Amino acid sequence: MLRQLRPVLLNGIALVATFAIVYLLMRVGIIDSFYQDTIALVCINIVLAVSLNLIVGFTGQFSLGHAGFMALGAYTTALVTLHFPTIWGMLGGIVLGALVAAAIGLLIGLPTLRLRGDYLAIATLGMAEIIRVLMQNFTFTGGASGLFPSRYLNWTWMFILTAGSVVLIANYIRSRAGRESIAVRENEIAAESIGVNTTKAKTLAFVVGAFFGGVAGGMYGSYFYWIVPKTFSFMMSFNILVIVVLGGLGSISGSVIAAILLGVVNVLLADPNLVPIRMILYSLILIILMVFRPQGLMGDKELSIRLFRSILPKRRRPPDEEPVPAGEGRLEPAEVTS
Amino acid sequence: MSDTVTTDGDILTLSNVTLNFGGLSAVSNVDMNLAVGELVGLIGPNGAGKTSIFNLLTGVYPPTSGKVTFTRGQKVSNLGGMKPYAICWAGIGRTFQNIRLFRALPVIENVMIALQHNVPYSLATAFLHTLRYGRLEKQIRDESLELLRIMGLEDDANELAQNLPYGKQRRLEIARAMATHPVLLLLDEPAAGMNPAETADLTELIGWLRTNFNLTILLIEHDMSLVMDICERIYVLDHGVLIASGTPSEIQHNPAVIEAYLGEEAADA
Repeated sequence: MLRQLRPVLLNGIALVATFAIVYLLMRVGIIDSFYQDTIALVCINIVLAVSLNLIVGFTGQFSLGHAGFMALGAYTTALVTLHFPTIWGMLGGIVLGALVAAAIGLLIGLPTLRLRGDYLAIATLGMAEIIRVLMQNFTFTGGASGLFPSRYLNWTWMFILTAGSVVLIANYIRSRAGRESIAVRENEIAAESIGVNTTKAKTLAFVVGAFFGGVAGGMYGSYFYWIVPKTFSFMMSFNILVIVVLGGLGSISGSVIAAILLGVVNVLLADPNLVPIRMILYSLILIILMVFRPQGLMGDKELSIRLFRSILPKRRRPPDEEPVPAGEGRLEPAEVTS
Repeated sequence: MSDTVTTDGDILTLSNVTLNFGGLSAVSNVDMNLAVGELVGLIGPNGAGKTSIFNLLTGVYPPTSGKVTFTRGQKVSNLGGMKPYAICWAGIGRTFQNIRLFRALPVIENVMIALQHNVPYSLATAFLHTLRYGRLEKQIRDESLELLRIMGLEDDANELAQNLPYGKQRRLEIARAMATHPVLLLLDEPAAGMNPAETADLTELIGWLRTNFNLTILLIEHDMSLVMDICERIYVLDHGVLIASGTPSEIQHNPAVIEAYLGEEAADA
């Protein structure tokens, strides 16, 4: 039992340490408001990328409209906090926004995911555009000038929402439903033949992805003081997809690492001297990464102690120490292939 | 879709079944029946429509006309129009001619996915990984390991399916089909690509599974030694039409079968 809990504990300690270090650095003032905005963007991108990875990387369904779910989350949260300007208003808004996104996801997913092929990509592309145009033309969403919500998202809630989303999605993937998703990606006909309702598996994964896309949008809507429709254009969906592919299709830790890496790159390229050629450098970095690592930074592997073991030169273990089971809280017997 | 009727001992009945693809008739007016516990072979030259019959039985294609009924105990289902996953739940497992494993997944997870629909847990349990999750996951994993042990694959449990040698991939496909707890097992060329020693092992395994799991088996096979060895009855298909049926020795001496396989002159000789 203790051995099974060890990876869970290790992950927990790593999470708490990350939270505490950033919190202290913010208190001391080393992390100023510019870096704080970067951290917020990284957190939002993590939730966006991990939730899209569930759809694209794990279930194998190509979705090009994640910005649409994000927009639904952001606008819902902004509208709710404008009426209930408290931290509970923000949390309620995020939950409501995520539910709205999930409901629209179900509406789009049910008819298109019954078919085999890339119909989802086209449907989601259209959906995101429709949402953006609607936000631009409704009066209650502020039209093209957008909404001006207050900021309620502090580092504590940002961290809880980000880590919570990642853990929940990771749990989903390492469950019955997650295995069904992966089976659909691997071979849809075989999955059907062994009792997987593939339409249900695909739709469920898509709705869960949409839900957490809505959560990310909600975080955006209660951190940045101004939300406008043009933020949620096709370029946003595309950027999220870039993070997912860069990190590795089918790797949660890959998505997290890629989101952090892009945050760092953005900070480095914010140097005034580099601003004119910023997009060129950014694109160049992407091209170089794809040339040398087409499967993404992590491929479909997860970051774990075992992975480090296999990279580092073999160290002799003291005889009574048992090998650590696979990382990421996976409950499985120790493997011999480390 | 299903109603209760007294059974006459047949687990599977095809009556006047036809499958057309546009103008092409892949299967025409086929009548077949399998009694509970039988081991039946389905043979025929390439392109005779054998795999099309499997696809009809497992819901990949609905029949153009005719009726397919599957009887399990008191429950009678009309398979025409049922989805493949529902047919699997009804109790029919299958393997594929061109192996369809979840290649990038470990061997054990290939089996776990097939086994898990018998061990359901809620979405909340999946998200929160509660103690119940741990218990049920362990149950799924243990049962999968047990099945792998029976199939002689326990040493490869954590290997990726794509890294297995060909013969073991075939066995894994059978293990995966068995994990759905079928009463009727459809094997599509289980011995294809195997050497004689592997085929002999497989022949023994099929017989063993049938006895120990009370299976009814329908198998497509080109390896005549396997078919003649273990099948009690054989159906012969040619150009989508049933040309013969009977015991292995009857089939071996049936002129129509010899003609289909070797041509007209051989049948005359």
